[in-house]
Amino acid sequence: MGSVTATVAPPTDSNVTRWFRTFGAIAVSGFRRYATYRQAAVAGVVTNTVFGFLRYYIFLAAAGASGRVAGYDRGQLATYVWVGQGLLAVIAIWGWTELADRIRTGEIAADLLRPVHPVTSYLATDLGRAGFAALSRLVPPVLIGLLLFDVYLPRRWATLPLFVLSVLLAVVACFGCRYLVNATAYWLQDVRGPLILWTLFSGVLAGLYFPLGFLPGWLEALLRYGTPFPSLLQIPLDVLVERHPVPTQVGLVGVQVGWTVALLALCRLVQRRAERRLVVQGG
Amino acid sequence: MAEPGTLTGPAPAVAPPEDERPAGRRSGVLGAYRALLGAQARSQAAYRTSFVVDLVGNVGATVFDVVTVLVLFGVTRELGGFTLHEALVIVGLSSFAFATADLLVGNIERLPRYVRTGLFDAVLVRPLAALPQLLLMDLPLRKVSRVVFGLAVLVASVTSAGIHWTAGRVALVLVAPLAGVVFFGAIFVTTSTVSFYWIDSGELANSVTYGGRDFTSYPVTVYGGWFRALFAYGMGFAFVSYHPALALLGRADPLGLPGWVGWAAPGVALVAAAIAALAWRVGIRHYRSTGS
Amino acid sequence: MSVIEMSGLRKEFTVRVKVGRLRREKRVVTAVDGIDLRVERGEMLGYIGPNGAGKSTTLKMLTGVLMPSAGEARVCGLRPVAERTRLAMRIGVVFGQRSQLWWDLPLRDSFDLLRHVYRVPAGEHATRLARCRDLLDLDEFLDTPVRQLSLGQRMRGELTAALLHSPEVLFLDEPTIGLDVVSKQAVRGFLAELGRAGDTTLVLTTHDLADIERLCHRLVVIDHGRVVHDGSIAALHSRYGSRRMVVAELDAVLSEPPELPGAPLQRVEADGHRLVFALESATVAEVVAGLAGLATLRDISIVEPDIEEVVARLYRAPVEVGGAAVTGAP
Repeated sequence: MGSVTATVAPPTDSNVTRWFRTFGAIAVSGFRRYATYRQAAVAGVVTNTVFGFLRYYIFLAAAGASGRVAGYDRGQLATYVWVGQGLLAVIAIWGWTELADRIRTGEIAADLLRPVHPVTSYLATDLGRAGFAALSRLVPPVLIGLLLFDVYLPRRWATLPLFVLSVLLAVVACFGCRYLVNATAYWLQDVRGPLILWTLFSGVLAGLYFPLGFLPGWLEALLRYGTPFPSLLQIPLDVLVERHPVPTQVGLVGVQVGWTVALLALCRLVQRRAERRLVVQGG
Repeated sequence: MAEPGTLTGPAPAVAPPEDERPAGRRSGVLGAYRALLGAQARSQAAYRTSFVVDLVGNVGATVFDVVTVLVLFGVTRELGGFTLHEALVIVGLSSFAFATADLLVGNIERLPRYVRTGLFDAVLVRPLAALPQLLLMDLPLRKVSRVVFGLAVLVASVTSAGIHWTAGRVALVLVAPLAGVVFFGAIFVTTSTVSFYWIDSGELANSVTYGGRDFTSYPVTVYGGWFRALFAYGMGFAFVSYHPALALLGRADPLGLPGWVGWAAPGVALVAAAIAALAWRVGIRHYRSTGS
Repeated sequence: MSVIEMSGLRKEFTVRVKVGRLRREKRVVTAVDGIDLRVERGEMLGYIGPNGAGKSTTLKMLTGVLMPSAGEARVCGLRPVAERTRLAMRIGVVFGQRSQLWWDLPLRDSFDLLRHVYRVPAGEHATRLARCRDLLDLDEFLDTPVRQLSLGQRMRGELTAALLHSPEVLFLDEPTIGLDVVSKQAVRGFLAELGRAGDTTLVLTTHDLADIERLCHRLVVIDHGRVVHDGSIAALHSRYGSRRMVVAELDAVLSEPPELPGAPLQRVEADGHRLVFALESATVAEVVAGLAGLATLRDISIVEPDIEEVVARLYRAPVEVGGAAVTGAP
């Protein structure tokens, strides 16, 4: 799994170029690897679509006769739901246990022998995966939304580039969270506990079951600044449906940047601790 | 569990004489299933800490389902024309029925794994029916916590919804949850048979099973168009919680169906069970095994 | 009545084959292509063939796991799929690469569970288990959870599990795959013992021909889903021209190769000091007598025909399938 083929750069290249080349090569291999799971992608799209219908109608019911709730109108709710169902697979919120499995079986040793830092190489693979998911899993629900529902389309020119950046940050931040949850396998015999807690809380706190705007304002703010969860789904969607004025939009992406940097730093720290432990205890 | 004395600890070289009597055929089969269940309980006890984690994790999922309903009522006073108290009766019926069916039958969604690891082959060469064996061999006892919570929501909701109790409604409040269990169980089995034909169907079955759970947690008036027609009446999910709840609450159906439809739930559940049994039989004949 | 009867047994699978980048095409693959076979009570049958020849598919149809596409199979007079649970009571199955045992439970508990599943009276169960414990040396790991057993220990457990209900037919799919030499010996010895008793019919698929030589009197070779040989090992040798060899070590080098009637010279080795003859119509004594007149014999040895070589040749040989010659898989 996850075989990595990095091109050996000629010695004239700078370190930075070489790093980008390696990173790019790993990302491409990640894309290719996930592109082989086409049948699973089809099944996933069907499931996302069914839940899209369910959530759309439920949110709409919450909006009631006025058609407005927590700063969203009907069209914005439709966009929130259908793009959200696609983003779910792009950030791969659930189901990634590869790192934990490799730690448990000891295969992680092979990753540590590579000249690329494990956090970097797993991140690159994950970006490749996200790239494939953006094509196979994001596009279909968005098309369904466009064809069958009166979705809200962004009106400001800055929204689309900001949304793309926001999604990219969400992918990296979600990767960071998943990496940390998986990395508990370095210390725990059985990682089901952390995985279950992650599955439980990530869905509800990221704004999947209901937009966090349905909560009291203070609670939404607390979750947004105090936890990384809204940065994974709610913020990209709020940016896209232009729930807030431009400065707030930019500010929200800033919050994402903060969380992403913090999570990646934490991943590296945890990895270093774990490796030291492996060296001392011999895995 | 069946005979703890002989199952645990070193087995006696010569068994007690009462074991010698040839058991009747029926009780023999039951004894076999009981032994399978006991083995499953002991296997899970081997992982005690995970078991506690699972117990908590499983109840958490159902708690969040109910929390979601409460949050929605935080921003609106009515959902699809139903108040919070009325909606909670629907949630209670759905949660209990789904949680119980999930405990008893839900693990059949792991059929693709059973096929891949060869467990399904092993089960087929034993002298017992395949489906009960699979269910008992992998009964997820950790999901008990969810059933208890679902039952608590159901009891709390029907006692606080101001139901005008009649003999018929008392009977319905006992029968409808059980019919829901049978119905969801049938849905689990039917959707699992997809993997006899398409082993990589992955989460496809979830769209109907877990989708059905979410669908039945809300009044069907919430949904619209062909989506409602398909799930509510095409697949029959309206009979799990919506129509029984209307009958219990004594409300007329905003969609215009007569009141007795709430009492049709057991019949619908039996039809679903028959379809599931048929799908399973046909599926097993299409089974292609894997590997060498 | 034969214990196992197959007539025109077929199994086809439809597979999707990648054609080009995105297109996939349905293709019908015939795994078992019309097998007619009868196995009598107490026979020990070796069922061999190259990978993908249809060995396991046949076994799965006989045990009720797979539904045949056409043809008929009877085991113990029962139709395997239709009367699966009744048949299960009378057969034992060991899939070498898959476990019948409960992963997290001690071996002993698995056996006890199977006693309930097969409804074996406790007394009989205890007797049979005691016998297996004795023959297969189970005692040292009887209380170990199955997941902690070595492959060899597990396989001994699997064999016991398959025999506790005293089946009339025992199906073994690759029972020695991946085992170390000692475990292989233990398993073979046990099966040979079982065969000697004479009331259990044994059907064995394997890649290890030593299993066959040690255990089976009858050998069925299949390739591309068809029977290409059915008979004794000796019959296989005579049919494919494999012969016993006589290797003679001589003191001196002969000036010209000797001609012995009924024993053509095959090879000359060790600078002419070693001569290899194939035994056709001649006996060993005639070869020795013939050589003794020519030179001083330092040593003489007889090499039995190598079954692996015969079978390898058999697999490579073109097989007539539906009129067109198809080369066997390597």
